[in-house]
Amino acid sequence: MSATQSLPIDISNLCKSYGSVKALDDVSLNIPAGEFLTLLGPSGSGKTTLLMALAGFVRPDCGSIRFGGQEMIATPPHQRGLGMVFQSYALFPFMTVAENVAYPLKIRGVSKSDQSTQAERALDTVQLGGFGDRRITQLSGGQRQRVALARAMVFEPQIILMDEPLSALDKKLREHMQIELKALHHKLDATVVYVTHDQREALTMSDRIAVVNHGRIEQVETPERLYRQPSSFFVADFVGESVSLPVDVAGNTAQLAGRVLKSDLPIAPGGGHRLVIRPELLEVTPGAVPEAANDLSGEVHEIIYQGDSVLVIVNHDSAGEINVRVPANRAGQMGLPSKCERIGLSLHPQDTIIVPDHAS
Amino acid sequence: MSVAEFSNRSVGTRQNADILKSEERRENQAFLGLSTPAVLLILIVVFLPIFWLSSLSFFNAAGEASTENYARIFNSALYRRTFVVTFQISIAVTVICVLLGYPLCYWLTRLPDRRAGILMVFVLVPFWTSVLVRTYAWLVLLQRNGIINSSLMSIGIIDEPLQLAHNLTGSIIGMVHIMLPFLILPLYATMRSIDTDLVRAAVGLGSTPRGAFWRVFLPMSLPGLFAGIVLVFILSLGFFVTPALLGGGRVQMLAQRIESTITVYANWGAASALGVVLLFLALAMIWLMHRVFGLDKLFMR
Repeated sequence: MSATQSLPIDISNLCKSYGSVKALDDVSLNIPAGEFLTLLGPSGSGKTTLLMALAGFVRPDCGSIRFGGQEMIATPPHQRGLGMVFQSYALFPFMTVAENVAYPLKIRGVSKSDQSTQAERALDTVQLGGFGDRRITQLSGGQRQRVALARAMVFEPQIILMDEPLSALDKKLREHMQIELKALHHKLDATVVYVTHDQREALTMSDRIAVVNHGRIEQVETPERLYRQPSSFFVADFVGESVSLPVDVAGNTAQLAGRVLKSDLPIAPGGGHRLVIRPELLEVTPGAVPEAANDLSGEVHEIIYQGDSVLVIVNHDSAGEINVRVPANRAGQMGLPSKCERIGLSLHPQDTIIVPDHAS
Repeated sequence: MSVAEFSNRSVGTRQNADILKSEERRENQAFLGLSTPAVLLILIVVFLPIFWLSSLSFFNAAGEASTENYARIFNSALYRRTFVVTFQISIAVTVICVLLGYPLCYWLTRLPDRRAGILMVFVLVPFWTSVLVRTYAWLVLLQRNGIINSSLMSIGIIDEPLQLAHNLTGSIIGMVHIMLPFLILPLYATMRSIDTDLVRAAVGLGSTPRGAFWRVFLPMSLPGLFAGIVLVFILSLGFFVTPALLGGGRVQMLAQRIESTITVYANWGAASALGVVLLFLALAMIWLMHRVFGLDKLFMR
């Protein structure tokens, strides 16, 4: 439905301090036009501050923000031409659904008749056609979310910012809306910057994810690469499920409890290296562990049934506790030892993730 | 088939329904019992005297039933004048309170919680002080050789003392001061509850900050503003102390007229008729404001 081209966003050396706390610590990030980029981080990491700086509601101390090459750092928020979706939806309760959606058009002096046709079209896009005359108070949470989306995109902005827009919805609806939002992004020609603390949501929706921690961007990657090749222990720990064991790194080789780990992945420099084990990447090996793989066999400590899968907690012979996830189907359960028995576990070198805890 | 099985089957879905129902009834009765003393007290202390006093208005000085007390209110120019003055003053006080109170509340809501809390104390402390004390304080400030006049004259801004007390101006100044908290408290509470994201959303979607105020913040604050306006206006209609002291006898509002009718003329019937009219005027104003402002329409709850 868009006639305009989406814009790239270039952030460079952005900083913002609140007292002694650095909310943004020299942040640089380039977002190509049309990308769905997610800022992922724990609360207080600075991800919302970064989004609000893009929107113009937070004034940074230094740095540059450019939309399509144009410097925006000192432009007031109402002149940035952004579509925004808030966590609380921020729908105007004294207006109807249609009036809410038409608000950005009204501000821009669009004629009354164009307002209503465009608002109706935007509502159709979010599957709320015919809801225009409803009051906001008559809508469910999911419907309100859609109205907020329709309002953010009705004026065909080149950039849309979203601040945890799905966090107030229940799990089922949230997962449904994630898929829908992703589909909507393909339809709209807009660059989307999306903030969330939910790593699964980020993995589901994003073209790329920027992991934010302590006001810095730890890593920017596609979901798969971020998951498979985290650059630091923080990223590995924050994204996805994992257990980690300390390893000794010397040069290009890592040792776990005195045994060399075979890894096809590069080992980033730094200190306090850890082996990150994703429970679903470990393979239960009934016989001897093949020579090419890493042997992580141990004794079964606990078996926990979780519906779709079974989590097995294993005491590794020398390094500590590790988790293994096996599918809850018949194949997964076959040959699974019971409690206190030995279990053969192998980790493929391509799945052997070794990350530094801190940069050197 | 055992007895237990049988009873289970026959009662089925209605199991324990009777016990649960009587529990609910008992609970309701407990609440009713708790509220009875207050209800009785209000009946005895508020409604009985009102009914008794109102009934006085239907008897003339000779003790015969008549409507002459009401006829006089509508025919006498003096009484009509009192009603006009009362409404003029009440409207003036309300308007000034809105003009002073709205910007103040808006500023307070934009401050951090702590600082706003401290400043609210400055609103509340006078509110808790006796009306009489505050009115005399204004008299000290406003009178002919009071602080305001003497300082203005010593600076040389005026040559003659301004007539600030013992007239309409004095009454309005004093009343505005006393009424202002009644506007501020509901308005401030409403403004505080407005989600700041709403204004941000309006600005983010392209409104100028000023446009966002007029289109979003102001409409959201109207319920609190109307509540304040109704409070101030209704209270002003029946206000006595301040206009009596600061008006210096030249300003006669309805409550003063009632008082003089009793103390000077000992005419309880006439005074009571005025009281009844005032009561109905106040109720009519509340109803009218409710209709005109249509708060329920605004939010369509």
